[in-house]
Amino acid sequence: MNLQNILSEIEKTDPDVYDRLDTRRNAMRSFAKTSGKIALASIPFALGSMFQKAYSSPASPTDIIIDTLNFALTLEYLESNFYIKAVASGIIPTGDALNSLTVIRDHENEHVNFLKTAISAAGATPVSFTADSFDFTAKGTFPGVFTDYGTLLAVAQTFEDTGVRAYKGQAPNLISNNDYLTAALQIHSVEARHAAHLREMRKAANLLIPAGVNVKPWITLNQSGIASSAVQASYDAEENVVQAGVTITNIGGFSISANAASEAFDEPLTKDQITAIVTPFFA
Amino acid sequence: MLNNESTENQPDLIIDGMAKPFSRRKFFGIMGAGTALMVTAAACKKTNIGGNNSGVNLGSGDPGVLNYAYALEQLEAAFYTQIIKTPYSGISAMEMSYLTDVRDHEIAHREFFKAALGTGAIQALEVNFSSIDFTNRTSVLGTAKAFEDLGVSAYNGAGKLLVNPDYLTLAGKIVSVEARHAALIRDLITPGTFADMTAVDSNGLDKARTPNEVLSIAGAFLKTKLNASNLPTS
Repeated sequence: MNLQNILSEIEKTDPDVYDRLDTRRNAMRSFAKTSGKIALASIPFALGSMFQKAYSSPASPTDIIIDTLNFALTLEYLESNFYIKAVASGIIPTGDALNSLTVIRDHENEHVNFLKTAISAAGATPVSFTADSFDFTAKGTFPGVFTDYGTLLAVAQTFEDTGVRAYKGQAPNLISNNDYLTAALQIHSVEARHAAHLREMRKAANLLIPAGVNVKPWITLNQSGIASSAVQASYDAEENVVQAGVTITNIGGFSISANAASEAFDEPLTKDQITAIVTPFFA
Repeated sequence: MLNNESTENQPDLIIDGMAKPFSRRKFFGIMGAGTALMVTAAACKKTNIGGNNSGVNLGSGDPGVLNYAYALEQLEAAFYTQIIKTPYSGISAMEMSYLTDVRDHEIAHREFFKAALGTGAIQALEVNFSSIDFTNRTSVLGTAKAFEDLGVSAYNGAGKLLVNPDYLTLAGKIVSVEARHAALIRDLITPGTFADMTAVDSNGLDKARTPNEVLSIAGAFLKTKLNASNLPTS
């Protein structure tokens, strides 16, 4: 069986087959990826589903990808608008602190523009938000978000740590498209850099940190390091020390504490979990 | 002196036992199906990476990609193990504490891949740290920054090579921790450089590197030669 020959034959009678299949390259790639997961005997089914995608209109992988990109864009709008207000708040110490938050603001703006462009280029409509779309007090939970520096940093850290978990959870939805997946991963690690830096800033500022808690650039157990239970959902399940069935604590006879084992792996959150966390921040 | 714990070359029944929950059968099931398909359909044109075909073969498919990650984690773990064994002069208590954490994270990553890959894991690699002055803060932190940024770009570039979404999630769990390390090390060198323009481009994107690009940089720190010629390229 030669798939290329089959496709070539179809192309003679239907010149648009590759458009229907997205592109030839993507079709081959998505077939290759799918067929890696199935038994050889199932290949006819995989071929069948590939052509079903071409010749009918089910909820296609493209729809999932666009939904995922729009979800990411929504979160980037949230962050971008937050930092625009934060940088303009006048309560951030000038120098390193203000410079750092400005760098982060600019990255979030760049992420918004990048995702908007990517979604438009795919022929879809990007979601759109304005400053009025958001309530950064989260319906009154953080009344001092732009008047109290400790609160501002706490909300910023939570947004970044949550963003990392969101991209991590969504990455598998992009696995059929190498370009979008790679771009999402490239954003994901930038959010993690932001998170680490904000944690350093919070440690240095020593504001709103619960007694006895050492805030580090990485997440220890399920500790937010923030003296507010309102952010806890963003840290739940980070205490996990078992990865793919392998216990990380003291692995291989090395002295790895539960703290270190939990820090070494960041955990994903589902779209529903993320939505529940960020919904109060939408007006 | 600086090669990884030499006992790692010995069979380790405890580690082997830990691998079972990860389903090694699944690994090789995937690999087997992929190979058969290449022969039958000749349709999956996953051209191999060219270049040096000698050295330790990382393998193909998802297990190959995981071995690639395992190789990088071995390098990082050996590096931080040496830092903590022979701290640079003038190291602060905070730096010692952070770098000890990072060492533990990298050991956890290395041992995780070793356990998960089971009998499919590559051997323990011998490192070459002759270019690093472990007594000198600038040399040590400069190397740490290079390793962490390299690790981030390696995982970012390797995500698309994986077929199994569960492995993609696992790689994602690790790469964000490497990015946290990178940010900290950069800030230790120069405060505020956690995500400067040498790390993040004008679209706000971190770097993504191919295995060949990564290994050509990492190779300078490895005595053991690696053969990435069977890794997937897309």
